[in-house]
Amino acid sequence: MLDERKQSTTLIDLRGVCRSFPKGSGEDLLVLEKVDLTIHSSEIVGLLGRSGSGKSTLLRIIAGLIAPSSGDARCRGEVIQGPPNGVAMVFQSFALFPWLTVLQNVELGLEALGIDDEEQRKRALAAIDLIGLDGFESAYPKELSGGMRQRVGFARALVVHPDVLLMDEPFSALDVLTAETLRTDLIDLWIEGRLPIKSILMVTHNIEEAVLMCDRVLVFSSNPGRVAGEFKIDLPHPRSRLDPTFRQLVDMLYARMTHRAEPRTPVAGGFPGTGVGMVLKHVSSNVLSGLIETLAGPPYNGHVDLPVLANNLQLEADEILHLGESLQLLRFAQLSEGDLTLTEAGKRFALLETDARKKLFAEHALNYVPVIGLIRRVLDERPSHTAPVARFRNELEDHMSEEDADDTLRTIVSWGRYAELFAYDEQSETFSLENPS
Amino acid sequence: MTLQDFRIAVLARAPRPNIWDLVALILVIGAMVLIVYGGEQTTLPLTALETTPVSLDPIHLPFYALRTTMRMLLAIVCSTIFTFVYAAVAAKSRRAEMVLIPLLDILQSVPILGFLTFTVVFFLNLFPGKVLGAELACVFAIFTSQAWNMTFSMYQSIRNVPKDLEEATQSFHLSGWQRFWRLDVPFAMPGLIWNAMMSMSGGWFFVVASEAITVGNTTITLPGIGSYVALAIDKRDLAAIGYAILTMLLVIIAYDQLLFRPIVAWADKFRFEQIAASEAPTSWMLDLFRRTRALRALTYPLAAANEAISTLRIALPPALRPAAKSARPSRLIDVLWLTVIAACTGYAGWRAYQYLSANLTTSDLYDATEDGLVTLLRVVVLIALATLIWVPVGVWIGLRPKIAERVQPLAQFLAAFPANLAFPIFVVVIVRYDLNPNIWLSPLMILGTQWYILFNVIAGASAFPGDLREVASNFHVKGWRWWIKVILPGIFPYYVTGAVTASGGSWNASIVAEVASWGDTHLSATGLGAYIAKATEAGDYPRVILGIVIMCILVTIFNRVLWRPLYAFGERRLRLG
Repeated sequence: MLDERKQSTTLIDLRGVCRSFPKGSGEDLLVLEKVDLTIHSSEIVGLLGRSGSGKSTLLRIIAGLIAPSSGDARCRGEVIQGPPNGVAMVFQSFALFPWLTVLQNVELGLEALGIDDEEQRKRALAAIDLIGLDGFESAYPKELSGGMRQRVGFARALVVHPDVLLMDEPFSALDVLTAETLRTDLIDLWIEGRLPIKSILMVTHNIEEAVLMCDRVLVFSSNPGRVAGEFKIDLPHPRSRLDPTFRQLVDMLYARMTHRAEPRTPVAGGFPGTGVGMVLKHVSSNVLSGLIETLAGPPYNGHVDLPVLANNLQLEADEILHLGESLQLLRFAQLSEGDLTLTEAGKRFALLETDARKKLFAEHALNYVPVIGLIRRVLDERPSHTAPVARFRNELEDHMSEEDADDTLRTIVSWGRYAELFAYDEQSETFSLENPS
Repeated sequence: MTLQDFRIAVLARAPRPNIWDLVALILVIGAMVLIVYGGEQTTLPLTALETTPVSLDPIHLPFYALRTTMRMLLAIVCSTIFTFVYAAVAAKSRRAEMVLIPLLDILQSVPILGFLTFTVVFFLNLFPGKVLGAELACVFAIFTSQAWNMTFSMYQSIRNVPKDLEEATQSFHLSGWQRFWRLDVPFAMPGLIWNAMMSMSGGWFFVVASEAITVGNTTITLPGIGSYVALAIDKRDLAAIGYAILTMLLVIIAYDQLLFRPIVAWADKFRFEQIAASEAPTSWMLDLFRRTRALRALTYPLAAANEAISTLRIALPPALRPAAKSARPSRLIDVLWLTVIAACTGYAGWRAYQYLSANLTTSDLYDATEDGLVTLLRVVVLIALATLIWVPVGVWIGLRPKIAERVQPLAQFLAAFPANLAFPIFVVVIVRYDLNPNIWLSPLMILGTQWYILFNVIAGASAFPGDLREVASNFHVKGWRWWIKVILPGIFPYYVTGAVTASGGSWNASIVAEVASWGDTHLSATGLGAYIAKATEAGDYPRVILGIVIMCILVTIFNRVLWRPLYAFGERRLRLG
C-alpha cells in the first residue's frame, strides 16, 4: 500500500465546477462558483469553510449525489455521473440503518457489489477489526455511543476499499474527547498504511482539525462558495496542538477566514444601498449580550484573539465567527484579521441596565440592519400598522434560498421583539406595532 | 433481512430440537391445517351454499370463525401488496403522485359498504357458479376498508426517509429495488404495522356486514360469523347472538396474541430512533419462536429467500427513479400529462353525468342531500356526546397510571370489536319499549368507534408531563381553570386523532346502523346511510351511486373544514415536547 502511494496519480479532478439551486423567485442561487480541485493519491485534503460556503455541496458532487450545473468533474479520468466506483463516504450524522446490526451495516457497502457471502463476511469482519469494533458485530446502532457509531460509519466506507474516502464533517457530531480519539486512531492507521484507501477528502469547519489531519487545506469563501486560498501543511505526523508552528498555522487560517468576513451581502441586482438581501444567521440577543459582557470584562478588556476566545468558550470556529459577524453588523464590535474588538457603543452597552440596553440595541438594529429598518418603516406608514410576513419573505427570497430566508426572518423576529421595535403574531404570521400593555 | 440476525447468532450451535420446538411446531401445523381446510371450502360450487345452509347450532361457530378470519387475513395480505406498489409508485414518481394521492384521499371517504353492490356482481361473473366469486367479493369489500390508511402511512414514510440514509444507499450503489427493501420498507414498517392493526380492527366490522348480502334479487350467504348473526336476527335468537359475540371475543384475542403482538415486538427494531427505548414491546409468541432451535432452522430458507429477493440488482424503470437533481422536470411532458388527466376526468365526469341524469331527477339530488345533512347532524351530535362522556373519563384514567395500564388495552380491544354484532340487542330494546328509531338507532353509529376517542385521550393524559401537573397544583390551578388551561390543551392533539377516526367510522357505520331489523320487525331512521342501504337492497344502482357520491362529498368537506384545521392547530401549538 505504501509503495503505491509513492507514485502520485490524479484521482479526482474538478475544473470550473459551478452549482446553483433554484430559489423562490425563479432565478438560481449560485452556491459554488468555478471551483478547481485536484486530489492525488496518498494525501489528505481538507475543505475548510463557513457553513453555507458550499463545501458539502462540493463533496456531494464528487460523491456523485449531486450533478454540477456546469464545469467538469472527473474521477480517475471518467466524468462523474452518479456515484462513481472507488469513492465511499462517511457522514456527519453517521447515516447508519437502525434496523441493521453493526455487521449488517458494514456488509451493506458490499451488497451492491455482488460479492459472494463468504467473501463479504470476511471483508466486513476485517474492516470491523481494523477500526476497533471487535465484539460489537451483533449490536444495533442505538445500543452504541456516538463514537462507536461513527466507527461503524468508517468501517462501512472502508470495507469497499475505495480509492478516495470522502468525509463530511465526520467528527462534528461527537463530543470533544471522542472526536479526538477517533481522529488520532484514523491518522495512526493512515500513517501506518493500514487503511485500504489511497487518499482522503474531508470537509470541516474546525480549523484545528484541519491543521491536525490534512496535508493540504483549501479555504472556502461564502456566497457564492469558491476557493479563497490553498495551504500546504508540512508538519510531520503525529502533530501536536502545542507546537508553535501548529498554532501559527491555526492563527493564519483564522485570519484567512475572517478576512472576508465583513457582513455577507449577496446584493447582485438587489437593492443597492438598502441591503435587504443580507442573510442573517440567528443569534439570540442573550448570547450577544453575554458575549459583549465577556469581551468588556477582564481578561479581554474589549479585545480578543478569536482562536483564544473559541478555545475558552468551547465554540467551533464557525460559531464564533457568526457571533463576531452579528456584533460587527450591529456595530458593537469590529472584526479583522482574526481579532474581535468592541466599539465604543459595545463598551457602553456592557455597562447599561436592561431597558437602556434594549433602547441602544433598537437604535443600532434600526440603523444598521436594513431589513429591520424596512419593516419598521412599512409598519409606521400603514394606517393599520400591521404587515404580513409574506410581504418581506418574498423580498428576501429574491436574494437568498428559502432556508436562508427562514433563518433571516427568525433572527428579525427575535431581535425585533427584544428591541421592542415591533410585535409578531405567529398564528397569523403578521408583524404589527401593537405590544400588549 | 428479518431473520438474518438470528442466523448469525445460531450459526455456531447445532440445530438440535428442544421442548419449545414441539410447542411451536404444533402451532405451525395447526395453522397450516386450518388454512388448507378453509381454502378447500371456497372451491365448492355455489349450490353447495344452499345444500348446507348456515345453521344456528353453536357447534359450527368455530368453523364459521375460521372462515371469517381467513377472509380477513387474505384481505390484509392483499392490502399490504397493494400498499407496497401504490405507495412506492406515488412516492417515487412526481407525475403519478399528482393523481394517486388525491385519488387515495377520496377513496378513503367513500363508504365501503356501498362498494359491495357493484363488486358482488362483478366477482360472481368472474367465477360463475363458484363460491370463490362471492368469497372474493367479500374479501374485496374488506380490502377496501383496510388498504387506504396503510397506503397513506407508507407513502408518507417513504417521502420522509432521512436524507442521510438516502445518500448512503446511493453512495453505496444500491439499486432502486435494493433501496426499496433495505431502506424504504424498514423505515415505513412501524407506521405500516400500526395502521395494519387499525385496518384489521376496522375490517371486522365490514366482514360481518358483507358476508350475508342481498343485492336486488341475488342473495348470497357465505358461511361465517356475519351470516350466523344475520340468521340469528332473522330467527330472533338472542342466545345465538350471545354465542357469536363470545366467539368473536375469543377470535380477536387469539389473533392479537398470536399474530399482532409478535409482529409489533419484532418490528420494534425498525423504529427510527438513535436512543434505545425505555420499554420495548414484548410477545410470548415471539419469545417462543426465538427459543426454538429446529423451527428457527426452518426459517433459514425464508431468510435466504428474503435476502435473495432484496439484494437482486433490479433497477427501477427510469420514470420511478428519483430525478437527477440537476435536471429540471420537463415542462412539455408535464403539460401533456395534465392534459391526459384532464381529458380522462372530463370523460369520466361526462359519462357519470349522463348515466345519473338518465335515471335520476333533481328531486333525487335534494332527497339524498337532505338525508346526508341529517346523517351529518347525527355524526356531529354523537361525536359531541362521546366527547363529553369520554374525555373526562379518559383524563381521569390516563392520570392514574395503574388504572390506565389495565383500561388501555380494553379500550383498544373494544375499538377492534365489530360493534354490529351487538346491534340486535339494541333493536330488541327499541322494539320492546317502542322508542323513536330516528333517535335511538343513532347511538349504533358510534357504538364501535367511540373507543378511539377514549383510548387516545387516555394515551394523551398518560403522556401529560408530570412537571406541568405539579406546576398546576403548585399555583392552585383547579376546577374549570385546570381543565381549560392545563389538561384540555395538553391532550388536544391526541383527542383530535381519536375524534377523526371516530367520525370517519361513524359515517361508514351509518349504512348498517340507520336500518336495523329483528325478525320481521324493520326499523329505519331517516338518513343517508338508510338511503344507501335501501337502494342497495332494491338493486337501484343510480341511487346507490348518488348516495355514495353525496356521502363522499360530505365526508371530504367535513374533514377539510373541521378536522384538518383542528389537527394542524393541535400539531402547531399544542404538541408537547
